[in-house]
Amino acid sequence: MEKPNRGLQILNIASAGLLVVATGLVFLYAPQERTMGEVQRIFYFHVPSAWVSFLAFLVTFVAGIAYLRGGNRRWDIVARSSVEVGLLFTVMTIITGSIWARPAWNTWWTWDPRLTTYTIMALIYVAYIMLRQGLEDPERRARFAAVYGIVGFISVPITFMSIRWWRTIHPVVIGSGSATAQGGFDMTSRMLVTFLFSLFTFTVLYFCFLANRVRLENLAERVEQLKAKLLSA
Amino acid sequence: MSEVSSQKPVVNSQTEPVAAAPRPAKWTASDYWRLATDFFRAAGAVVWKDLAAELRSKELLSAMLVFSLLVVLIFNFALELERSRATLATVVSGVLWVTFIFAGTIGLNRSLAMEKDRGSLDGLLLAPVDRSAIYFGKTAGNLLFMALVEVIILPLLSVLFNLSLLHPLLLLVVLLGTLGYAAVGTLLASMAIHSRARDVMLPILLFPVAIPVLVASVKASAAILAAAGWDEIGPWVNLLIGYDVIFVAVAFMVFDYVVEE
Repeated sequence: MEKPNRGLQILNIASAGLLVVATGLVFLYAPQERTMGEVQRIFYFHVPSAWVSFLAFLVTFVAGIAYLRGGNRRWDIVARSSVEVGLLFTVMTIITGSIWARPAWNTWWTWDPRLTTYTIMALIYVAYIMLRQGLEDPERRARFAAVYGIVGFISVPITFMSIRWWRTIHPVVIGSGSATAQGGFDMTSRMLVTFLFSLFTFTVLYFCFLANRVRLENLAERVEQLKAKLLSA
Repeated sequence: MSEVSSQKPVVNSQTEPVAAAPRPAKWTASDYWRLATDFFRAAGAVVWKDLAAELRSKELLSAMLVFSLLVVLIFNFALELERSRATLATVVSGVLWVTFIFAGTIGLNRSLAMEKDRGSLDGLLLAPVDRSAIYFGKTAGNLLFMALVEVIILPLLSVLFNLSLLHPLLLLVVLLGTLGYAAVGTLLASMAIHSRARDVMLPILLFPVAIPVLVASVKASAAILAAAGWDEIGPWVNLLIGYDVIFVAVAFMVFDYVVEE
């Protein structure tokens, strides 16, 4: 098997290193929160995961537009890889959120606007993958997936708005929260440093996963080509 | 202008292809007028074709109607609608929209699947008209079929649950909600029919994207049925209008890519 190129190798090692440092900061450097205690530390993983999932779906949206305009298959591979990575982070966000919500809200799940919108968004991208699996012609698959990636991404903010008009209890840590939010807190400077570092780490991790996933897809394609060559020879 | 109106309908293929018509160096008002009338005549021809086919077979409308009635019936047993007089407005608006959306899914799927199975979709695409006109025509046709079902279901529900549903504002909300649903649904159905599991694909693609329509329509309908003021109904109606405008525009932009072969 051919080795990943230099840039990817550096990215892999850098992400691993950053992740170790970020974990150290979260557990050793960041102070304990007064009312929620240790469980608040999950916030440093939960929010960056959520951010990365939005970033991933934004990349799919942009790559979809680029594919429809130019018809370059690379964009289709990026779009599809980004959805898969995005769904991974979506699941991480939901799981870490539930673990936090059990002690903080006294329930694993609530039909809060953010939680509901987030779940709907996850379902849109599960549908995206199912649509891809249901189509055989690769060119049509790429076109339809690009269209659905665009339509789905545009609908997410509207969904959020429509559900937000019921009151929310999800805390807004950055910026002003609603009066009914439960479990919010003010960040000290140490918390802020840890949070920003964690955010940066997860962003790097996203690009690392994406680059590896795109590489895998390209390798799979090479294998297909080699197989076809072997059969025809 | 007089020469345009004397032409036969675009589907007759007697007319000059729009795409091949020489593009004038300077666009005048009459050029735009000609383009617009061509567009709407083409869309109208698609609607007329769907309507004529349906008038002959009557299979789509009857299926949607019977299905809607069955859904209402099942909700009646599942939720015991009669007993809870106090929350009737909220519950009925929910039942109403779930019924419309389920029936709409059947209609959308059939309307596009029939085009593909009979090979008439290829014929439509060969017609020398703007492809968004075909999209517009199919959307208008689906909207019409859903509206016909709703026109029958609404009075029926009013009688069954002893609750007046024929409020003019409610009819407006029903129209706006159906428009948004049909606009997105037609676009997604034209993709879903190519998929392997096409009957289940449409709802999976459509429901998560159409949630804003459902939320806004249910909330607005419940507020209207509970005789609330405009300050409670208004935001939802605005949201519906916003959704309709955004998604009709998006569908117009991307439909060409869906049918491009």
